[in-house]
Amino acid sequence: MIIMSVPRFWRQQVARYNLVGTHCKKCGEYFYPPRDMCPDCRREGEIEDFKFKGTGEIVTYTVIHTAAEGFEGQTPYVLGIIKLDEGPQLTTQIIGIADEMEIGMKVKPVFRKLGEDGESGMIYYGTKFVPA
Amino acid sequence: MRDVAIIGVKNTNYGEHWGRDLRDIVVEAGVGAVEDAGVAGEKIDSMFVGNMSGGQFVEQEHIGALIADYAGLAKNLHVPSTRVEAACASGGLALRQAIYAVASGIDDISIAAGAEKMTDVPAPKASSALAAAADREWEGIMGATFPGLYAMIAKLHMTKYGTTSEQLAQVAVKNHLNGQHNPIAQYRKSISVDSVLKSIMVADPLHIFDCSPITDGASAVIVAPAEIAHEFTDTPIYVKATAQASDTIALHDRRDITTLDASVAAGKRAYEMAKMTTSDIDMVEVHDCFTIAEICAIEDLGFAKKGEGGIVTENGETAIGGRIPVNTSGGLKSCGHPVGATGVKQAVEIVEQLRGEAGKRQVDGAEVGMTHNVGGSGATAVVHIFSRNR
Amino acid sequence: MTVGIVSYGAYIPRYRIKIEDIARVWGDDADILKAGLMVNEKSVPDVDEDAATIAVEAARSAVSRSNLDAQRIGAVYTGSESHPYAVKPTSTIVAEAVGATPVMTAADFEFACKAGTAAIQTCMGMVSSGMIDLGLAIGADVAQGAPGDALEYTAAAGGAAYVIGNKESELAAIIEDTYSFTTDTPDFWRREGMPYPEHGGRFTGEPGYFKHVIGASEGLMSKLDTKPEDYDYAVFHQPNGKFPSRAASMLGFSKEQIKPGLVVTRLGNTYSGSCMMGIAATLDQAEPGDRIFATAFGSGAGGDSFSITVTDKIEEIRNNTTTVEELLADPIYADYAMYAKHKGKIRIA
Repeated sequence: MIIMSVPRFWRQQVARYNLVGTHCKKCGEYFYPPRDMCPDCRREGEIEDFKFKGTGEIVTYTVIHTAAEGFEGQTPYVLGIIKLDEGPQLTTQIIGIADEMEIGMKVKPVFRKLGEDGESGMIYYGTKFVPA
Repeated sequence: MRDVAIIGVKNTNYGEHWGRDLRDIVVEAGVGAVEDAGVAGEKIDSMFVGNMSGGQFVEQEHIGALIADYAGLAKNLHVPSTRVEAACASGGLALRQAIYAVASGIDDISIAAGAEKMTDVPAPKASSALAAAADREWEGIMGATFPGLYAMIAKLHMTKYGTTSEQLAQVAVKNHLNGQHNPIAQYRKSISVDSVLKSIMVADPLHIFDCSPITDGASAVIVAPAEIAHEFTDTPIYVKATAQASDTIALHDRRDITTLDASVAAGKRAYEMAKMTTSDIDMVEVHDCFTIAEICAIEDLGFAKKGEGGIVTENGETAIGGRIPVNTSGGLKSCGHPVGATGVKQAVEIVEQLRGEAGKRQVDGAEVGMTHNVGGSGATAVVHIFSRNR
Repeated sequence: MTVGIVSYGAYIPRYRIKIEDIARVWGDDADILKAGLMVNEKSVPDVDEDAATIAVEAARSAVSRSNLDAQRIGAVYTGSESHPYAVKPTSTIVAEAVGATPVMTAADFEFACKAGTAAIQTCMGMVSSGMIDLGLAIGADVAQGAPGDALEYTAAAGGAAYVIGNKESELAAIIEDTYSFTTDTPDFWRREGMPYPEHGGRFTGEPGYFKHVIGASEGLMSKLDTKPEDYDYAVFHQPNGKFPSRAASMLGFSKEQIKPGLVVTRLGNTYSGSCMMGIAATLDQAEPGDRIFATAFGSGAGGDSFSITVTDKIEEIRNNTTTVEELLADPIYADYAMYAKHKGKIRIA
């Protein structure tokens, strides 16, 4: 189980719920997960919040049979890297039938549970993806 | 900067040390290396210990002092001891720090050790500790495992370059063949392509036999200035290059998912420092935490064209006796992968090979060897080049 | 004062289980059950879905259908009997996920299967009084039914969301009036900390469902001086297919009037989502000018009736997002073992 602790999860909650990342006004690069420092412009960069549309495509994926701690009840599950239409790539679960997925497939976001701290702890929600 | 040599080496057995603590195995490796070098404890100026996750595996931090203490170097000698961490590249990095210390002229004799005690926690907990080498906030929370991350590299490599599951399996088969002849290896038995492909799927397309195991083990080397190395050994092995590079912590942020740019950069820096090219290298120990990782490594270090790592493996070019023998120790796959120790063990293997002491896995006429140690899914890479000749 | 539906949205998980697959486990006769319940299959949540994720999906669908500025939403109320937390609102999760925070109010509602319509009524009052610009009312459940209990054949997952407003130009449907009929009738309950609800068996029928559905429905028609013939469509809370069919015929509504909204046969009982899903399915096909009569029922017990008239605006917004029919199409069928896994009935740790 990945125990996030409440404040650690909460401070990224809007980013996770609504795919809010960042954008460098100087070079035009988009970042999700969000970055406060543009890796290209560094201190010259001008970072602002940016809400992504959420549509993208599968760059690569795997079907996980031996789960990470806390994900035992979900196997087999599909883990993938998605390239958002605006450019950045992120790691996510892709919901659906693994046999029907392929690299390059278009996807869209859905709101799902990411995990929970046992039966009595906090429930973590966020964005996963489904074939569009 | 002074030239630097390795004058003593030692690995513990790699495997499941049910009866021994972390401190016990490091001391065995350290004392073994000191004895191999024939150096007195009073001569030791510093110690660097590669350890990825004492905190999660044995709930112990402050590993540097702990090891100095139990090695008898703390109470009277007060030898400075530093723990070094870069996930699975911790060992390679510890060696690099010892080389820095000696090359700078500040220290004369420095010990680089690496150790991990992984079997004191249940397997899921161990996997979780390892997953902390990836981006916990943006990979781990989504259910990413290390096999899962490398499986995504493999899937794309297969799609882009036509690499096959059989070629992946051949990496494991070759490394087990080598590991058979390594007395310290965790799995000293050969396996077949068929047995790899029929083993259980961990993260598609990686089967369990595509994955390195969970291992307890420690390794140590003694680093000294080249000018005094002959006082300790007839066959000092000279450090021709030490190089390191970083890349994005998360796999999804890489320029190319199928290339470990940190390996490319560290390799390039190492070749430049050693004034060598791939053709000068007689053998290489690469970071095969998964079979796909070896395929990427030989491409990224220039031993195969991008996309041809699978074919090169299939053709036997990486076997002992082939064009460029890879992982004569058995690699992480067969020899075992105590994460903090691996980078040091790779150097021990090259030293034994260059000394001509590798027994049945000896590469004939080996003069120059390379090691390649990776942290995470490629966020850290450490490359060293060693030679019999100064 | 005019008040009504600015937008609506629905969500149904993609998994279904057939009555046959449940009956096989408990040795029941599926044909008799299907005929008796008039339910053939029910929806099953995915392993990572709960009432909050369903509420968010339904709410996002509602916001996107009318392309609303979510900052206009002044209140979010989510009705459910399976709120993921006993203490900590589902509605704040929804509000954050649709982008309505922070200048707004939120609370969770519970009144068995009519908590969502109670939320609609609350929003009607708040927009009418001028307290808020728009209100978001949701009914969503991952309905609970103990393994082997009769409820297990129908307890389903799904939800619907309604944006309530009072600017006539943006109303897709006008709610002419609402009428509630409430008594203290313990026909169905779940005690704090218990995983599954208990019910009074046949006691849930006459003194529960029918008394309150008929009471509210007759009350509203009498108040408005309308008759069943004045309506094009009717929707009643649908714990199964039989109860709403019987209530309709008792009140004088025809089978044709209830048909578009009777989604229970393919969906099961989504508890707080049930009647609201039926209204959504009806709005998906109603024409401007059509009138819809709807009565929700919540055990405990009460009925909420609504008289709704569809406006021209419906045609503008209807096809902007997924319809209930589209949500019901293309299911993935789960067997009982997968259903048990998805519902967390298999204990792992």
